[in-house]
Amino acid sequence: MTDAPVLEIRDYRLNFNTFDGVYHALDGVNLAVGKGQSLGIVGETGCGKSVTVRNVLGLLPSPPAEVVSGEILYNGKDMLKVTPAEMQKIRGIEIAMIFQDPMTYLNPVFTIGTQMVDVILAHQKALDKSVRKNKKQARAHAIEMLRKVHLPNPESQIDRYPHELSGGMRQRVLIAMALSGSPKLLIADEPTTALDVTIQAQILDLIAELVEDMGLSVIIITHDLGVVAKVCDNVAVMYAGQVVEYGTIEEVFGKPKHPYTEGLLKSIPHPGKPPEELYGIPGFLPNLLTPPIGCRFQDRCPKAMEICGTPPKNRNNAAHDRTVLCHLYEEGFEDA
Amino acid sequence: MLETRELTVNFAAKSGGKKAQLTAVNKVNLHIKKGDALGLVGESGSGKSTVGRTILHLNKASSGSIIFDEQDITRLNSTDEKILRRRAQMVFQDPHSALNPRMTIMRSVAEPLILHTKLRGAALREKVGTLLEIVGLQKQFLYRYPHELSGGQKQRVCIARAIALNPELLVLDEPTSALDVSVQAQILEFLKSIQKELDLTYLFISHNLAVIRYVCNRIAVMYLGQIVEQGETEEIFNNPKHPYTKALLEAVPLPEPGQPRRGKPLVGDIPSPLDLPKGCFFNNRCEKAIAGVCDVAPVPTYTLEGGREVRCVLYDPETQRQTA
Amino acid sequence: MTDILDTPAEPTFRERHASTIRTMRLYARTFRNNGAAMIGLLIIAGFMFLVIFGPSIVPYPEDALGATHIEQKLQPPSAEHWFGTDEVGNDVFTRVVIGARVSLQIGLIITGISMLIGVPLGIIAGYVGGWVEESIMRITDIFLSIPGLILAIAIVGVLGPGIGNAMLAISLVWWPGYVRLVQAKTLSLKSAIYVDAARSMGASKMRIVFVHILPNCLSPIIVKVSMDMGMAILYAASLGFLGLGAQPPFPEWGAMISVGRNYLPDWWWYSFFPGLAIFLTVLGFNLLGDGLRDILDPRGREK
Repeated sequence: MTDAPVLEIRDYRLNFNTFDGVYHALDGVNLAVGKGQSLGIVGETGCGKSVTVRNVLGLLPSPPAEVVSGEILYNGKDMLKVTPAEMQKIRGIEIAMIFQDPMTYLNPVFTIGTQMVDVILAHQKALDKSVRKNKKQARAHAIEMLRKVHLPNPESQIDRYPHELSGGMRQRVLIAMALSGSPKLLIADEPTTALDVTIQAQILDLIAELVEDMGLSVIIITHDLGVVAKVCDNVAVMYAGQVVEYGTIEEVFGKPKHPYTEGLLKSIPHPGKPPEELYGIPGFLPNLLTPPIGCRFQDRCPKAMEICGTPPKNRNNAAHDRTVLCHLYEEGFEDA
Repeated sequence: MLETRELTVNFAAKSGGKKAQLTAVNKVNLHIKKGDALGLVGESGSGKSTVGRTILHLNKASSGSIIFDEQDITRLNSTDEKILRRRAQMVFQDPHSALNPRMTIMRSVAEPLILHTKLRGAALREKVGTLLEIVGLQKQFLYRYPHELSGGQKQRVCIARAIALNPELLVLDEPTSALDVSVQAQILEFLKSIQKELDLTYLFISHNLAVIRYVCNRIAVMYLGQIVEQGETEEIFNNPKHPYTKALLEAVPLPEPGQPRRGKPLVGDIPSPLDLPKGCFFNNRCEKAIAGVCDVAPVPTYTLEGGREVRCVLYDPETQRQTA
Repeated sequence: MTDILDTPAEPTFRERHASTIRTMRLYARTFRNNGAAMIGLLIIAGFMFLVIFGPSIVPYPEDALGATHIEQKLQPPSAEHWFGTDEVGNDVFTRVVIGARVSLQIGLIITGISMLIGVPLGIIAGYVGGWVEESIMRITDIFLSIPGLILAIAIVGVLGPGIGNAMLAISLVWWPGYVRLVQAKTLSLKSAIYVDAARSMGASKMRIVFVHILPNCLSPIIVKVSMDMGMAILYAASLGFLGLGAQPPFPEWGAMISVGRNYLPDWWWYSFFPGLAIFLTVLGFNLLGDGLRDILDPRGREK
């Protein structure tokens, strides 16, 4: 990566203090997204993929969350240390976020136009307190954004209520709203999980278009390996609060290194190929209240060795910008 | 073994303050042979779940009939219904809400046995233990509550409950869509193996084509309450005929590198079942729609060579449009 | 693990109920962290202590149902008479303590009758639906639309004053709340997937109601009962105060205030202590109910 990354997460550790004890949600997460790049974070329920990005915009209440170490650098600024006032100038303007279920994030009693205008005015106000409200201009901007996400007839649709729109259209509205502050980074948390496949294809196409045309950096969090393979440049595979493998789609999906990535790829039925035997990863996610000492995957790993009882170190292959967290590669690895 | 003939299910709905009728399932003809696994695939609003629920009498059929083992089961008296309940069982999508939160696993799995057999006390406990063993759970789960189990474990409990009475037909309604992929793999493997072992017939309902391809030997594709294509699984995957089936297959992102970023996704939304297009229900999204034909009259189903059924005018043997 | 699999032996009580025990501990802890709920619990514990041991700890048991010691009437609080005496020389402390028993009876009977009427009607309305539901719910609405106390006064007016009639009247205006609560809960549970699952296994309607729906309605009912206890006691006291409920010299707090107010402000203790008792009891039940809601109703509970 030649450019400095837009967002970089370094050695990020996060705990939740719960009734049952300390839950070690994240353990030393390292990630980076470059300008105009798209990063996919994949993993199963409870691997910490959503938690990782929540605090980029300060969205985790503390307590119970407690940052143990690390920094989240957005253009060199540590997002864990910004003041609420500064955060106002970043949310939606520098970094925007969209979520799984668009209906939950739209207020049912206002038209989408009203909500978009509010967001646009709030952004203007956050940037410059003295600016005068210009609803007409904001509305024109909203229509333009809706056109950008290919909502049919934006001039008339803008006065509709969320429940009058289909799921796919709502997600388009949410993306338009997120992009209205022209952010540099878009974080999408399971953006297509609630949608049907044909609609999902439309939204993924839209995201790919936005990355291409607007030079947007995108982080997509999903459990669907197919979605990541389709729209992302790089992928980070998370397991039990750690990034176990990171690299380009070609490398990670083509030549998986970490046994967990391998297992994951072998466990999904391939829609394009006749059925082969599926490989279900045996066992369960470790209890992160008492995480295992050493590699967190050792109990389920077919290649576990004695040394796996000690914590593995990240093995980087700088030439390929590739990371694997596994003792198998202590000696480093040559090609990817 | 199981057949539906012109099965139609209507629901009362309100549209713009007026009473309207919503046809969730529209003259559906399915046929499942003993030992088959038929995959019913479709997007939301296609009526695929309603078909499964109606076969098990959780919804009422409005017209048409359901034939189970050469017996019309569309309307049954309560004794016959009790017999049907023994022979056909259902597994639901969300294993968490399919288990009563106030019942231990023991009581949940025992419920069908209590309802239909005379097993009680230690014998009942023994039987439930055996069932849990079949689905790969240890006996220590007997006295746990659903909220203490993971999603995969709960779905195993639901399967144990469904096979408790040795049914012949299992209706599986999206059994893995609430689960993580690695757990899904375990459950799918397991469903495949017990199908052989227990000689079960499956009606497997899912929106996930890959999962259907893995488990089923036949597929029926539904769109807005109608079956648009039905045939052998591998034939449909290798050579989809109906434009909707083709679009559906193309829309699935593949878990492998080197896919084109941008495609030509199917345009438009799925129409509301309350406001169906005239003619072929798919004509407003179909690339190959022929104006004046597809948007005029309803399309019949054509049976092609090899038993493939397609509901599309392109395959009308008289006009042979597909060659044009 | 293998020995568990091999021995089909009867599991111990602890093993079978391990999860219940854990849940109870979580409840206890949530409750302990809730200061208001703990105050409520303390007040109710004190109240229950008086209910159980009241008759054996009061200094002048014979004063409870109205003796006459005219020579020591209207004495201010003192070492012999902690709460003073009333106009016929009865010990107010004794009567307030014995009044706790009466209040608990009133509360239990009113909520009990209301539940007996309301819960079945609610379940029938929610589960059967159709015109049955319509008629039950419209009748419920009519009852709810009339202010409860006024309706109760009217009913007592017809039946005649007295503690029994007062409880009956209040019960008759109280049940609609339970119908509402249970009907709404039943409606949502009726479409729960596990109810569908039970239906698909061939469970009868009765079994679905008693095994699958009723147990899952219990939490909100318990919460409502504990909140209603206080309110029912307050209602009964109000009727007593108006002279329509318990009649003096019956040791009921409302009736005591009713007589005592004639002696205000010079002989304040006569009505002050029964009033304080009502206040604390109602407060206690309300705080307890709030606390129970926090632990039994996961919505709105913070993780």
